[in-house]
Amino acid sequence: MINKYDVAIIGCGIIGASLAYELSRYKTRVVVLEKENDICCGTTKANSAIIHAGYDPQPGTLMAELNVKGCQMAKELCADLGVPYRQTGSLVLAFDDTDMQTLNTLYRRGVENSVPGLRLLSRDELRAIEPEVSESAIGALYAPTAAIVSPWEYGIALAETAVKNGVDLLLSTEVLSITDESDHWSLQTKDQVIKADFVINAAGVNSDIIHNMVAEPAFKITPSKGEYYLLDKSEGDRVRHVVFQCPTVNGKGVLVSPTVHGNLIVGPNAVATNREDLATTGEGLDFIRNSAVRSVPSISFGENIRNFAGLRANSDVDDFIIGICARHFVDLAGIKSPGLTAAPAIAVHAVGLLKDDGLKLENKEHWNGTRKRIRFSELTPEERAQLISNNPAYGRVVCRCETITEGEIIDTLRSPIPAHTVDGVKRRAGSGMGRCQGGFCAPRIVEIISREYQIPPEQVLQDGEGSFILAEHTKRREI
Amino acid sequence: MHVKIHDLIVIGGGPAGLAAALSAWECGVKDIVIVERDKELGGILNQCIHNGFGLHYFKEELTGPEYASRFIDMLRDSSVQVKLDTMVIELTDDKELHVVSSTNGYEILKAKAVILAMGCRERPRGPIGTPGTRPSGIFTAGQAQRYVNMEGYHVGRKAVILGSGDIGLIMARRLTLEGSEVLACVEIMPYSGGLARNIVQCLHDYDIPLYLSHTITQIHGYPRVEGVTISEVDDNRNPIPGTEQYIECDTVLLSVGLIPENELSKGANIAIDSRTGGPIVNQSLETSVEGIFACGNVVHVHDLVDYVTYESSEAGKSAAQRILKIASSNSADITHSITDENADVIQLINGNGISYTVPQLIDLKVKLHNIEVFFRTNRIFGKSTIHVKAGNSELKRFKRVRLTPGEMEKIVIDEDTLRQCISKGFDEIEVSVTEDPASEENVHFPVEKTVTLGEVL
Repeated sequence: MINKYDVAIIGCGIIGASLAYELSRYKTRVVVLEKENDICCGTTKANSAIIHAGYDPQPGTLMAELNVKGCQMAKELCADLGVPYRQTGSLVLAFDDTDMQTLNTLYRRGVENSVPGLRLLSRDELRAIEPEVSESAIGALYAPTAAIVSPWEYGIALAETAVKNGVDLLLSTEVLSITDESDHWSLQTKDQVIKADFVINAAGVNSDIIHNMVAEPAFKITPSKGEYYLLDKSEGDRVRHVVFQCPTVNGKGVLVSPTVHGNLIVGPNAVATNREDLATTGEGLDFIRNSAVRSVPSISFGENIRNFAGLRANSDVDDFIIGICARHFVDLAGIKSPGLTAAPAIAVHAVGLLKDDGLKLENKEHWNGTRKRIRFSELTPEERAQLISNNPAYGRVVCRCETITEGEIIDTLRSPIPAHTVDGVKRRAGSGMGRCQGGFCAPRIVEIISREYQIPPEQVLQDGEGSFILAEHTKRREI
Repeated sequence: MHVKIHDLIVIGGGPAGLAAALSAWECGVKDIVIVERDKELGGILNQCIHNGFGLHYFKEELTGPEYASRFIDMLRDSSVQVKLDTMVIELTDDKELHVVSSTNGYEILKAKAVILAMGCRERPRGPIGTPGTRPSGIFTAGQAQRYVNMEGYHVGRKAVILGSGDIGLIMARRLTLEGSEVLACVEIMPYSGGLARNIVQCLHDYDIPLYLSHTITQIHGYPRVEGVTISEVDDNRNPIPGTEQYIECDTVLLSVGLIPENELSKGANIAIDSRTGGPIVNQSLETSVEGIFACGNVVHVHDLVDYVTYESSEAGKSAAQRILKIASSNSADITHSITDENADVIQLINGNGISYTVPQLIDLKVKLHNIEVFFRTNRIFGKSTIHVKAGNSELKRFKRVRLTPGEMEKIVIDEDTLRQCISKGFDEIEVSVTEDPASEENVHFPVEKTVTLGEVL
């Protein structure tokens, strides 16, 4: 345990992970504090999984600049980190003249934001490239640089690579209070005090709470819940692009998009709520279905495999809240959409702020910013044969829907940030993501976790603290 | 890669695969391989430790593992090879299989005939779209069954069961016997999807309330389930506002339907019947891809394993006939496909009240015999008549005291009737149901009496 860190990052979602990755290039001593028992468990794991092109934010805002930059960075970064990424391009549909005017506005904004390749499509052009869109769509804005990504794998890969390069990560470590010790900060957690010269607030929906520990309240986060449908792979080819409707004051509206895992994602709505509310609702799901079929009437919702909800860190400020709010204390707050897209650019920007604020940065001699993960299902038969002959665990398929092998499950348990829950394994290896939603593999994964960590099965968690799966042994119960 | 060639490959070593392999072996095929993904044979029977299996086939009451072990024992004396802990990850319409295992690595196998016996899987929460949180403590009934019966762990103390499929009903009893409380079984339909005997023996006998025309409208709690809201539904299955009631529980079991597992079949371009979710088969249980047969729950979800066994034995026999024919003739003239436009087939049409039939068609190039037609109705019928019609003429009729979607039914269309049909040039036979008017007494047709298992017990 290091006595005092140069930088402490509060929160290990996509923003904290991106910054940790960026800082891991330097000899700087960095610690990331995450209140949950795994990383990327908040907004990072429950969102639309879109790399936005950048025509949406108002020109001149930090959001616009970092969105476009982040979109450019994502492609290479995902390739380096072995993160599923696909440049699908996006479409914003117009259904009437008002929408057409909105498209024109978005187009002009996009040009001003330096978004490459934007084009307004006629009805015929639209239908030629996206045949399943509604016949009532009269035109569209096409943005070729938009992409889809696996958001939690993106975050996990960034954080893992940071850890591999020397960054410390403390899980289940909530920051309860922060004290200015004049020459450093003391961060009080349940078990220990962490000292650091610089502190970064990347606490997502809780970033106002962290801010208020060191400075006068300057903004307020009002989490906005978005609910989703995730449809079976049989619907995965329903559309080829990310298909938006025209944005409203409530956000970018309900979208229909393929996912990098081959599914179809539909959502979200936008409902202001509290920081813990992740429940889907009958009304919310009705609204999403009704809205989505306006864009793509043929979606078969009977193919739904999962509903979920995520929280946007919406603030009362019309831009990302990025800046120094106290000496050596940087807010990366109110990172709502397009936060996932902007994340790597936000990190680079934040490193610049830290440097300007006096953080000394010296490059590491041996920094490795790449990461590889074995994905059995993507290999050729010859590669698979070779892999199994080297390690027979890759010959045992545990998740039949996604063809994930025991070898890959074990890899996640031995990775730089090891999974220790069923959902932690799911986010890293993809097991349980398919149409049976873990019906087949979950008991087998419980068994593997139990075996590898040498803990009884009833101690294996589904996800967060307290999410136990099994009660006691049937033969051990007192009657 | 090297391709290993076998006479017959059976995918799945559950009740269907076991019976199919055994029957093919008895017919004289010696080079048979069963590929099973689990570490032992028996499939889902291994976790069905309750009794009630085998009343038809063995004329005695067995548990699931006992039923499976009868077949496993019989196979032990055969030359049938078994690949355990081995997953088929790809099947082609050329009957090539890509299989993986820790012991044998990556293998490519090829067969003269393939029998699909992959069974079915449980429908998870997604397709029913139950709103609420995503806590731990939500299990499919079969998953809970595995945890409790095979691994020896309680899944919770207070459970609510959504859906009244047979596994859910069986688990209501199991959890109760294990000391947990089952507070309710909630069924969205106005009738149960399970067998009548299970309603009686698993719910009524333990005073577990069955809420028909109800569903769970919200799941509460995080990180673990804390309760559910249930609501009554209207005729369109929409929740009726004002009927909500909250039930505190730490566990929710889902028993909301079974889905034939046909990912491999689809990969082999086998035609799937959207009504059954399984391959379209003819009376030989052959699919649209010649030489690939299918049986058991991969074709349609059965209520009783005994019927899976009967059906699978037929599939095994059919596959054997094909293999022995190839062996005895050097030509490939036995090949034909049931989707071939020139093939002579009679389609079985689902008339009033019928949700599906298996087989879906009768191939006239296959030697004709009495054909058992399995079907389910799409709603409950009281005393009723099943009509088998071709053109305007009724060929046969059958009487039933009661028909429910939860109980699979069977009629036999005999060879003479089929020949009549062919001679008149019909290419469609319609099966339909009508409920008998209270006064009707005209029984001019041969009537087959059916005793359901519920009556037997």
